[in-house]
Amino acid sequence: MTAQRRARRRLGLGGGILLLVVLAIASLAIGSKDIPFDQIWPALLDPTGSDTALIVTGLRVPRTVLGVLVGAALGVAGALIQAFTRNPLADPGVLGVNAGAALGVSVSIVFLGLEGIGQLVWPALIGAVVATVGVYAVGRSGRSGATPIRMTLAGVGIGAVLAGITSAISLSNPQRFHSMLGWSAGTLVGPPLSTSGVIAPLVGVGLVVALGISRDLNALGLGEDLASSLGSRVVVTRSLAVLAVTLLAGAATAAAGPIGFIGLMVPHVARWITGPDQRWIMAYSVVLGPCVLLLSDIVGRIVMRPAELPVGIVTAFVGAPILISLARRSKASAL
Amino acid sequence: MTTPAFEPLRASDATLAYDGRVISHQLDVGIPEASFTVIVGPNACGKSTLLRGLARLLRPRSGQVLLYGRDIHSLHTKEVARRVGLLPQTSIAPDGITVADLVTRGRHPHQSAFQQWSKADEAAVVAAMEATQVAALSDRRVDELSGGQRQRVWVAMALAQETGLLLLDEPTTFLDIAYQYELLELFRRLNEGGRTIVAVLHDLNQASRYASHVIAMSEGRIAAEGPPTDVITADLVNDVFGLPAHVFPDPVSGTPLVVPLGAPGEVFRDHPSTTS
Amino acid sequence: MTAADEIRFERPQAVLRRRGFSARISRRAVIVFGMLSILAIVLMVASLAIGDFALSIAQVVGALLGGETGMAHTVVIEWRLPRVLAAAIFGLALGASGALFQSLTRNPLGSPDIIGFDAGAYTGVLIATLVVHASGVYSTTFAAIAGGLATAAAVYLFAYRRGVQGFRLIVVGIGVTAMLGSLNTWLLLRASSEEAIDASYWGAGSLANVDYSHVTPAAAIIAVLLIALASLQRGARALEFGDDAARQLGVSVERTRLLLVIVGVALSATVTAFAGPIAFIALSAPQIARSLTRSAGVSPGAAAMTGCVLLLAADVVAQHALPITLPVGIVTVVLGGVYFVWLLIAEGRRS
Repeated sequence: MTAQRRARRRLGLGGGILLLVVLAIASLAIGSKDIPFDQIWPALLDPTGSDTALIVTGLRVPRTVLGVLVGAALGVAGALIQAFTRNPLADPGVLGVNAGAALGVSVSIVFLGLEGIGQLVWPALIGAVVATVGVYAVGRSGRSGATPIRMTLAGVGIGAVLAGITSAISLSNPQRFHSMLGWSAGTLVGPPLSTSGVIAPLVGVGLVVALGISRDLNALGLGEDLASSLGSRVVVTRSLAVLAVTLLAGAATAAAGPIGFIGLMVPHVARWITGPDQRWIMAYSVVLGPCVLLLSDIVGRIVMRPAELPVGIVTAFVGAPILISLARRSKASAL
Repeated sequence: MTTPAFEPLRASDATLAYDGRVISHQLDVGIPEASFTVIVGPNACGKSTLLRGLARLLRPRSGQVLLYGRDIHSLHTKEVARRVGLLPQTSIAPDGITVADLVTRGRHPHQSAFQQWSKADEAAVVAAMEATQVAALSDRRVDELSGGQRQRVWVAMALAQETGLLLLDEPTTFLDIAYQYELLELFRRLNEGGRTIVAVLHDLNQASRYASHVIAMSEGRIAAEGPPTDVITADLVNDVFGLPAHVFPDPVSGTPLVVPLGAPGEVFRDHPSTTS
Repeated sequence: MTAADEIRFERPQAVLRRRGFSARISRRAVIVFGMLSILAIVLMVASLAIGDFALSIAQVVGALLGGETGMAHTVVIEWRLPRVLAAAIFGLALGASGALFQSLTRNPLGSPDIIGFDAGAYTGVLIATLVVHASGVYSTTFAAIAGGLATAAAVYLFAYRRGVQGFRLIVVGIGVTAMLGSLNTWLLLRASSEEAIDASYWGAGSLANVDYSHVTPAAAIIAVLLIALASLQRGARALEFGDDAARQLGVSVERTRLLLVIVGVALSATVTAFAGPIAFIALSAPQIARSLTRSAGVSPGAAAMTGCVLLLAADVVAQHALPITLPVGIVTVVLGGVYFVWLLIAEGRRS
């Protein structure tokens, strides 16, 4: 690891943070009614001063803040899952988080009549946590314990069951079908700032745990035997990784619906830039995740003015071309 | 030596390369019939590449590899598989496969859609497992075996293929010293029974003890070839391996015994250096 | 005493030798295959008998063999048989395809859908029904095939760079599938509820609109593909040892692998074209078969039969078990997932 490479990594991270700030400001400015940059700061200072201020603080700030939180959470959750399963193509939904949240939401929409993403945060969160606990319980059974392959298989199995039940529930009630579909598209619009307040602690704890086990994850990447001999506590690391993924991905999905591709693509890109050190991958994921998400949200506002495209639909169109073009570079033919 | 020995397998002016990186230039080397040929050389000298080229796994960029005088790449793969068997350096075993199942897969070139388990297949598998002493492990899973046991199972699979030419890439890896010599004795017996053996070996002393023909390679070229006494000399060991050594006849077999005087470039501290 | 007794295989083997022909198969595999076949027939007959117009077994058998005429004949032959045959045949295809890909990728989660055919087929169907508002029995199938092939071609082209490399193909497949998935969600969002629900039924995998005009060509195509698979099977097993080992055993590695991929994708794509993407059969049937036969590898024969039984059972449940009719794909997902998890727990206890 040359000093030049280290310097480039730090520079890259700085550049990423700068990009994030720019995108955040853009997110405050752009929309069905574009707000000039010089009016943003006054609007922030005086929230109810004018219509403009209301737009900025009432609509744009909540979605931007949520975008940053959700993007960071999904990015790091993806990094954790890819490190945990040693599979560069894993995404956080593999442990059943999305399926659980979806079931919670569909039950609430169809049987409890709840609507609007603000009301659906808690059912989604409960569903996500219950699903992951179930996956963990199944994965842990048996003598080999919660190895990544068992967890993945349990996640696939339980995720499928929950997804099937969710589909059955949604299809059984045509009136509510549209609401369910809307939730499943993933959106940053709707939740008030208080929702961000609710999930921020969860995301915060998740990020702290993730950072805490990042060095152990590096060791785990070398294989369990070697990791143990290097002093890393394998079982503890794995359990904490699952906990962190649940908190991060669960909170993100609960607040904004299932937003795909960020958890898959961001850590992947981060690894291509930084190399296999998990600490750097997570640092980059915390920054790149919100960048991609905010960019997608902004694009969603522009592309179909005055209507909006839900962010969950745009992320794939923003992220996939990047992923594909990176995969086409001959150097990127493996991890 | 009056008439040149017939060579069932020969690299004729063959240049072997991987994806742009040339390993061996214009190799011209043959394997004498019914010989026990051992290829020696330092790491990355091209021994494995030569073996793979001879086994038809690698197409020469220029030149040819000849099997019984014909271009090996013009022959049907199945025909080659019935004549030339290769034991690669590392192999993948399908998940959960048992020893018996793995050895029987070696019969593939002799089987067809309609003949999937003939008496000949069965006999070959039994003989192969007995020769390598893995019959007792017959119903065990390969991934549960020790490294040495696994290696013997892979050798059994190569034996079951019943080829006249048997190419072995470092077959004694992972084996303890007793099994190493047991395996080498097995190869000697097979050789005496008429099979041509070509083995890449790391241990020069084993090479000189068992080989009837030694090929020494260095940096992609043939440094020397011939009987062990002619090839394995102190000069060659120093030139090819950079290792100062004393070479004298083995007290047991009479073949050249290599005893290092020191690591490359230096001499062992507590041994007087002697002229060879 | 045959020499087979001298080799201790893990399970007792049955050896058959006649003039010019010899074969060896684990006895348990034969028994399992036989029992699965019987189970399949039972399910087929049951499926023909149950329904709003209930029939007795005798009536069903009579209608099939030609004895019965009248209402029973109409119900069995014209209404129910196409769907039952479709379930059986599509189940065979999906099970075999899954086994093929899991063997090829040496991964128990290997799935035939790396090339994005399923997502593309759905996009084609959505565009046809929601945007163009085409109707008619063949338009859906045609749109599915067109969309699926276009997507497969696009994925292949994007992944092509001096040849197609496995990892790149998978990544491009994931990217394209994600984009199409988002596009599909958006198309559904902007449509009316009824249209969206109808389209979602297809998207979940449904045998509801399958009749003889679908089953007959599908059966022919699948039969050809299964024969091709059987002929490639020896090479496929050699490939499990890695390219070098397979090559030195006499297998033309590149050609065999390419043919296997084409056959595998074609089997799965045929089912998707006619019934929508039916989930989980290709994924779970090979693993269930492997557990039943207690064997190490995934054998396409047992996997195909397991897939057949699974899909037949799922279709019965989808039509009759709940007050509303569900698309069969939802039942396969749930059933497949439940058994998957149960297998995992059982295997964990055993290992």
